[in-house]
Amino acid sequence: MESILFWVFSIAAIGGALGMVGTLRNTVYSALWLVVSMLALACLFIMLNAQFVGLIQIMVYAGAIVVLFLFVVMLLNLTGGVMGAEEQPLLKFVGVALAVAVSLQLGSILLRIELPWPEVSPEYGTTAEIGRALYTDYLLPFEVAGVLLLAAIVAALAMAKRERG
Amino acid sequence: MEIPVGHYQFVAAALFMIGVVGMLVRRNVIVMFMSIELMLNAANLSFVAWSRLWDSIDGQIFVFMVMVVAAAEVAVGLAIIISLIRNRDSVNIEEASLLKW
Repeated sequence: MESILFWVFSIAAIGGALGMVGTLRNTVYSALWLVVSMLALACLFIMLNAQFVGLIQIMVYAGAIVVLFLFVVMLLNLTGGVMGAEEQPLLKFVGVALAVAVSLQLGSILLRIELPWPEVSPEYGTTAEIGRALYTDYLLPFEVAGVLLLAAIVAALAMAKRERG
Repeated sequence: MEIPVGHYQFVAAALFMIGVVGMLVRRNVIVMFMSIELMLNAANLSFVAWSRLWDSIDGQIFVFMVMVVAAAEVAVGLAIIISLIRNRDSVNIEEASLLKW
């Protein structure tokens, strides 16, 4: 059962990623393929006992980040289309061939790893445990993350604002 | 947990390579930006899998931080893209060549 789920979600994640990179005509379709990939990744996170991270993945990536992408694409009324350099077959061929070669090389090493999974407590990966870690051991990084988000909001507003006068 | 950790790592590596190819081959600014998100997510999967293997929560905290940085990056990056498109009227990255030598 677990291996069936793993293969279904892995193929969905990789297929969604390929669809995102491979869709040449319309940027909206690329963003929708990205949602497929993100949701499949969230399922893989939950299979690895990371429930909190999986749900945050759905909310932040599928919910917020992809919606921002779609918002920009639709706000600017982008038709997209094929760019000049994307039509170079040599560039495409070399890129894809290198990627497949590196993936196979990594796969030949990674697929051979035989490390047993440890037993974890039922609390592993729950919101309570993550929250406890965030507010004790990782308090300073947590606060810095909040400051970073504030700075990003201000910077985004300052840059996207239309100049007047 | 019948799937070994290496399989999760392989999925992460494959996703990362797809992101790299998207970055190198595509010339649409928005799709290139999505490829960066994909690479960040591949690293997240790797973190979560290793973190589960060592029965430690630290990897998941790191994933949380990566997501914070990704969200900040998307907000700022899309603002840059909006002003780029307003100035150049195109999503082609080759048009933004003012700083190119």
